[in-house]
Amino acid sequence: MSRFTFGGDEHIFVEVDEAMSLEAFFTSLSMTNAVRAASIDGVTEICPANASFQIKFDPDKIHPHALMDRLKLLEEDAEKAEAKLDTRIIEVPVFYQDPWTHETLMRFRERHQDPDGTDLEYAARINGYETVEAFIDAHSGAPWFVSMVGFVSGLPFLYQMVDRSRQIQVPKYLRPRTDTPKQTVGYGGSFSCIYSVRGAGGYQMFGITPMTIYDPRQEVPYLKDFMVFFRPGDIVKWRSIERAEYDRIIEDMQVGRFEPRMRDFVFSLDDFNADLDGTNARMMEALYAD
Amino acid sequence: MPIEVVSAGIMTTIQDLGRPGYYHLGIPMGGAMDRFALRAANLLVGNDEGAAGLEAAFLGPELEFTEDAIIAVCGAELPPKIDGEQQPTWTALGVRKGQVLSFDFLRLGARAYIAVSGGIDTPSALGSRSTYPIGSLGGVDGRAVQPGDTLPFGQSGDTAKPGKSVPGALRRLPGSSAELRVLPGLYWHRITEGAQQGFFDDTWMVANEADRMGYRFKGGRQLEFVPREQPYSAGSNPSNITDACYPYGSIQVPNGSEPIVLHRDAVSGGGYFMLGTVVSADMDLIGQLQPNTPTRFVRVEMDAALAARKNRTSMLDRIREATT
Repeated sequence: MSRFTFGGDEHIFVEVDEAMSLEAFFTSLSMTNAVRAASIDGVTEICPANASFQIKFDPDKIHPHALMDRLKLLEEDAEKAEAKLDTRIIEVPVFYQDPWTHETLMRFRERHQDPDGTDLEYAARINGYETVEAFIDAHSGAPWFVSMVGFVSGLPFLYQMVDRSRQIQVPKYLRPRTDTPKQTVGYGGSFSCIYSVRGAGGYQMFGITPMTIYDPRQEVPYLKDFMVFFRPGDIVKWRSIERAEYDRIIEDMQVGRFEPRMRDFVFSLDDFNADLDGTNARMMEALYAD
Repeated sequence: MPIEVVSAGIMTTIQDLGRPGYYHLGIPMGGAMDRFALRAANLLVGNDEGAAGLEAAFLGPELEFTEDAIIAVCGAELPPKIDGEQQPTWTALGVRKGQVLSFDFLRLGARAYIAVSGGIDTPSALGSRSTYPIGSLGGVDGRAVQPGDTLPFGQSGDTAKPGKSVPGALRRLPGSSAELRVLPGLYWHRITEGAQQGFFDDTWMVANEADRMGYRFKGGRQLEFVPREQPYSAGSNPSNITDACYPYGSIQVPNGSEPIVLHRDAVSGGGYFMLGTVVSADMDLIGQLQPNTPTRFVRVEMDAALAARKNRTSMLDRIREATT
């Protein structure tokens, strides 16, 4: 049973579960879809998050209690809905251990749990990996769900689609940094993220992607329709790349030649729970078949 | 028909009533922190209430007009001067081509709204001219106003007439201390009864970290949390939750020490618990609080929040009547 609560007189906040899980995320996503489909007069923002969601409304148009009742009814429908999602799988190239995040992490070492190592060395060690390379293989090995887009402009939070026992967990920095390079691939708690813009941040820094994910000028061809690339429900596969390929993609980005590799996919949570590795293998097949 | 920016103050941004609809992607609504003052200023110069104007925080800009215009300054008591001569706030003022608008020092409040007949006419982004510097949206090339910028403004309507003013009783001026009404909720249950009581009993001071994203408060007692085993993925600090959405006006208290009220340029979500939300009727007031203002949070229920909202709407209706 979800927990419904008011955020002042203009928001209703619904916590599906205190803990993160793919089930909680799917319930949150299907409930927000149901709210959107219901096109309730007065609802102005529908925001899904990892294991919760939030609705913003105009109380001059709909009474907060009336909307609360409506949402509780929609919850019953959402619980009956099949956990299926028409989505896309996207390959995101990542240059792990790049010089830019390295320079930044060295500058903020006194704010880190392990001032003598790098963020990746720390994450590898506390997750029981013998080498940074083995840890990178684990991070880039299985796909990830975009479970929330937000914090700032188009920043995706991603949750790894593996058994909980295999999930990577890394605490955030002891004190947040005041700087993070744009397009840093970060990690905090059990979430990966991509910093869409340069700025403050508390997540561990693993690498950087050359792929633009937020373009307010909308000059990047694949962001012409909308400036934000990611949507909740997207599935991401990281691919580890080296400096030469990073430079090549940056060059392609600059002349508008880069197109992310992505394919449509129908994801079923039941299929996934029944056969996790099999489902992931089918997703990779869909992504790389041609 | 541009305005030449001679100096820009501390933080002067172009703002209208914002760009709702993109919060689920981390792009906040933005817009004037004190929407009431922006609306009043626009009404005085004959604009649509939602036309873009300038929001000047703490220190006014210096602006040279290259065309005649009618302007009004509402919100903070930041007295305007035309060619050095002091003018009233909350009043429509005629500015002639070649004249310079500057400002005296701030007397009260924190943010003044400068409306220009015809409205500031910079390009809009996602349906709004509001400046959101983090996302490089709106404003002048996605940033705050700088010296050397030229700001175009639109054609003024027929109703613009110098001399109109907002009656004193309808001007909202912050006092030397503030009360913010709060509806408890969200993760209210995470703190102990003693902490819940203490939060409302204590007097908090506005901290220096007070901007469009949010206002931090300090000086109250540390909040105690109800003990629990932290849920999976929530993080180890008792003030952490599984990353969730943040309502506008929500009050998060990282580590239980200093409350932060999120404002128009809010981060859309994150991993800190929130104990409640400032009611919509008091959001404008936050934008007028200076650092070190003693502030009390006052507990209200939904009915009182809606009544306060209705009261604000009726004040605005009276300004509409007074300015037509």
